[in-house]
This record gives sequence, structure tokens and C-alpha cells, in this order.
Amino acid sequence: MSASRSALIARPKSVFDVERIRADFPILTLSPGGKPLVYLDNAASSQMPQQVIDRLVRYQTTQHANIHRAVHTLSEIATAEYEEARRKLARFINAREEREVIFTSGTTEAINLAMHGYGRKFIGAGDEIILTTLEHHSNIVPWQMLAEEKGARIRVAPINDAGELSMGEYEKLFNEHTKLVGVAHVSNALGSVNPIKQMIAFARARGVPALVDGAQAVPHMKVDVQDLDCDFYAFSGHKMCGPTGIGVLYGKAALLERMQPFKGGGDMILSVTFDKTTYNVIPQKFEAGTPPIAAAIGLGAAVDYLSTVGMDAIAGHERDLLEYATEQLARMPGVRIIGTAAEKAAVLSFALDGVHPHDVGTLLNQDGIAVRTGHHCAQPVMQRYKVPATSRASFALYNTMAEVDALVAGIRNVQKLFS
Amino acid sequence: MSDPKSLYQEVILDHNRKPRNYGALTQASHKAEGHNPLCGDHLSVALKLEGERIAAIAFQGESCAICKASASMMTASVKGKTLPEAETLIQEFRDMATGQIDVDKQAHHLGRLTVFAGVRDLPTRVKCAILPWHTLHAAVHSVADISTESENDPMHAPIGDA
Repeated sequence: MSASRSALIARPKSVFDVERIRADFPILTLSPGGKPLVYLDNAASSQMPQQVIDRLVRYQTTQHANIHRAVHTLSEIATAEYEEARRKLARFINAREEREVIFTSGTTEAINLAMHGYGRKFIGAGDEIILTTLEHHSNIVPWQMLAEEKGARIRVAPINDAGELSMGEYEKLFNEHTKLVGVAHVSNALGSVNPIKQMIAFARARGVPALVDGAQAVPHMKVDVQDLDCDFYAFSGHKMCGPTGIGVLYGKAALLERMQPFKGGGDMILSVTFDKTTYNVIPQKFEAGTPPIAAAIGLGAAVDYLSTVGMDAIAGHERDLLEYATEQLARMPGVRIIGTAAEKAAVLSFALDGVHPHDVGTLLNQDGIAVRTGHHCAQPVMQRYKVPATSRASFALYNTMAEVDALVAGIRNVQKLFS
Repeated sequence: MSDPKSLYQEVILDHNRKPRNYGALTQASHKAEGHNPLCGDHLSVALKLEGERIAAIAFQGESCAICKASASMMTASVKGKTLPEAETLIQEFRDMATGQIDVDKQAHHLGRLTVFAGVRDLPTRVKCAILPWHTLHAAVHSVADISTESENDPMHAPIGDA
């Protein structure tokens, strides 16, 4: 303990007031398993600040009606708030236009939308889709379904032992059949931050659109879709202090306009007869049915919250957490950190010699420490490292150095039990 | 038994460290593979039947401590038993792990296997404890392989979230 405390004191004093941030998150004061919660499963889902909870309550209490439909006042208010949320999201990722933000149920649906709307229309037999070893299943399986349906082919950009993509290997996969690149901005299993700007530039120079799975990036760093010049960017609300059931597919307007609808129904049409249906313009073309209005407005509030704290400040704080946690775990005998890319987000996957990750997870939970154990929906990554699963601690803006110390102490307890 | 910490008792840790009947079995008459796609647990159980009696049994594989200790203690428990006796243990173990029977209050034949009773309070770990027993059941009935997720099509197994 004394070593970690001195390490803390030696660090430059940050202006980031984590205790003030923690006070915004009511769940962090609980002890769900009888021990004070140390929540290190943020890559799976983050917690929600009171500001977002209050916004959801205010919407349901005073503003709810269906949107884009009735002429009555409540419906107009709900519609305005929903569209205001879209504006906030567009500003947050620096989209050129609001209509480039499509609300979806999450990253998975966003990628499926791109697959159905773009892939099924523009990708055919003999065409190739480039993915990477690092992808989450949600950026693998939809493309496999497409490949199977159309007779297209998936090609996979490999990673090195550190968990880094090689631009050279990636570039070699391109040929005249390449029709799409799908790549994670940040690996959920390893934390690697991929060189997506170069990857996108290389693809676009060859006329190949690029889809970025940003689920693990948007909550943790400033994302500028115009600077990245990606064609699609997908992310989830519940990993960025917002509600579940809401996410975004950003797409360049020209591309979205050329795409076919994903789901058919109300709100996505201009006119319907049994002879012919005319589709609505974007973004409504892709938002059939009544959307999760409250969740979208809640996500707007989450974006306000993150913006107030500041994405650069959050990234800096999480970088400090990752650096400290990596230092601590790296010096523990019997602990192997999996994923040591030079550019990493605050995700720490690890393996303990002689202890299965599920035993690690159960025992850490007994100390109140919530980590994820398993394959993280990234089985190709597990296969790459020849492990069945890992334990993963993933940090967010409200985590503290003391929680890193708790993790280290918890790991020591596990090792003691299994020694 | 309600404290999940009690699950990691010395007897379980000991069987994890030094599993009994671990390895291949020459001249096995029945065998089966078991796997849990959720956590990657994978083991095989082989046994040699002489009439109705389990004359020899062995297991091997990669798994968490709960699964390995369960397999180790299972092989020790059923060795020398008749098939109906083994079937009773399989049923009782499954009922204990899923909380269908209370081993403190109801009659059973589980003996030391009751150290696994605490797993019923850890829903995500129940499958780890039961997998060896499912696999034994499959081996006895010569089902080629078994998965904890495969009541029907293993492709439809839940594979967890992010």
C-alpha cells in the first residue's frame, strides 16, 4: 500500500476532480454484493450520472408523446427535444449535418443498418470486405451474413503480439474487389487504439468506404468524424453514460441517400399505396417506427455531461489510470497483461498463471470489484493469444487510483488462494 | 453455504491443484466431450464399463477451478458405482447446483460433493460445476459431445455482451 501511495503523491497533481464527478453517479455509492462497489466493467456498460437520470425523468414526467406525428403541443415538444438530441450528437462527433446522425438501438444495430442498407445494395459476388482480428463479433457476424448471402469474401487484417494492426499487412489486403473496410476505433478486448485515420485514408484513396466501430472510443476520447473522414461511424449510448437501447450510425449524407432502407414501417415513408411506397429523406428513412425517444433525449443529456467535463480532460484522467494500473499489474509475478499496444484506451485485459478468468471474476466480485471475464465477444482475439478468455478491467471518467489499488489487492487475494 | 466465498474451500482448491483420475483412459468403452462456449471450459470424460459397473473413469481438459474440481470429485465418486447409482448422483448433483434440493434438509447420496452447494448462489457458475456431470451422462449414453448451451442448436447459444 505504501508503495502505491507514494506513487500517487509523486504524480503531477491533476485538475481533474474525480470525487466531484463520482458524486454525480448515485450507483457508485452502493455495495451491491455487500462490499463497496469498485466498478471496472465500463467497456461493457458505463454508469449514468444524476443529470441524465433527471433528464429522463423530466421527459417522461412533462414532455412525452409520440414524435413526427400529431399537431398537438406535447408531440411538438417531444419532437423538438428528440431532434435537439440529434443536433447534440451531431455536434459531439462533429458531423457536417444533423441528418447524418441516424438513431439506432446501439452499435450492433448501427452496423447491421450499414450492412443491410449499404452492403446488400452495393456488395455482390466476388467482392471483398476487409475486417481486422480485433473486431467485436458485432462487426464480424453481420458481414459474414452478407458474405454468405452474396458470395462475397471476408479478409482479415492481422495484429502483432502487442495487439497492434500493421498498416503494411492491412494495405496488402486491398485489390480491385475490395468494397468495404470495417474496423474498430478501439479494441474492446485489448484496448488497442487503431490507426484508423491512416486506414481510412488508404481505403478512401482507392474508392473504398470505411465503417468504424466506435463503441469503445466515443466515451473516452474526442471523436471528429470529419477529421477521420470515415464513411460510417457506429457507437452506443450505454457505454457513454447514456441509456441502453440507443446508439448512433453516423454516415456521410451522400452515402446514406444512396442506401436502401433497413426496416420498413411508419415514419420512414413519404407516401404509401399498395402499388408504390416512397421513402422518406434521411435520417427518417432509417428510423422506422416509434424510436426510443426518451433514450435519445437521455443520450443528448449524456453528451452534455461529457462535454461539460471535457473529453480531453476525461482522456487525460483515463490515461493516468491506465498508466498506473499497467505499472502495478506489470510488476506482479504471475500476471500477464494481454494487449500492450503503444496506443491504448483504458482497457486492461490480463491473465493470471494457473487461475481461470472465471475464478478470477468470481473472487474479485467477492471483494466488490466488478470486472468482465470471458471472451469479450471477440473470440478471434482470444484465438490469436491462445487463451480461452481473459479478465478485463476497463476504466471510465469516475474511476480512481484507489480503485486500481483495490484491483491489485484483489488480484493478490486470488493468487494467495490459488498458491 | 450462502457465502459464495465458501465455494472456494480447501477441498475444491485441492482437487483443482491435484485433480484425481486426470488423463487418458486406455480401453475406454464410453466417452464424451463437454464444452461451455460461454467461458471456454472444455473437458472429455472416458469410462470403462464392466457390465453395469463403472470399472474405470478418467477426465482431461482445460477449465476453471470449479469445473475441474467438480470433474475430479465426480470421477472419485462414481468409480466402482453401478450405472443406476451414477445416474442418481448426476441427478442429485444437478438438483443441488440449481437449488432444486436443499442438501441440508433433504436426503441425498452426495457425501463430500455437497461442497459445491454454494454454486447455486452464483448463477453464472452453475454451468461450470455441472458440465462434468452432463458430460458423464453423455458418455454413459454414448452421445458424441455435449455443450452447456446445446439444448437445441449450439449456433443459437447466447454469446454474451461486450
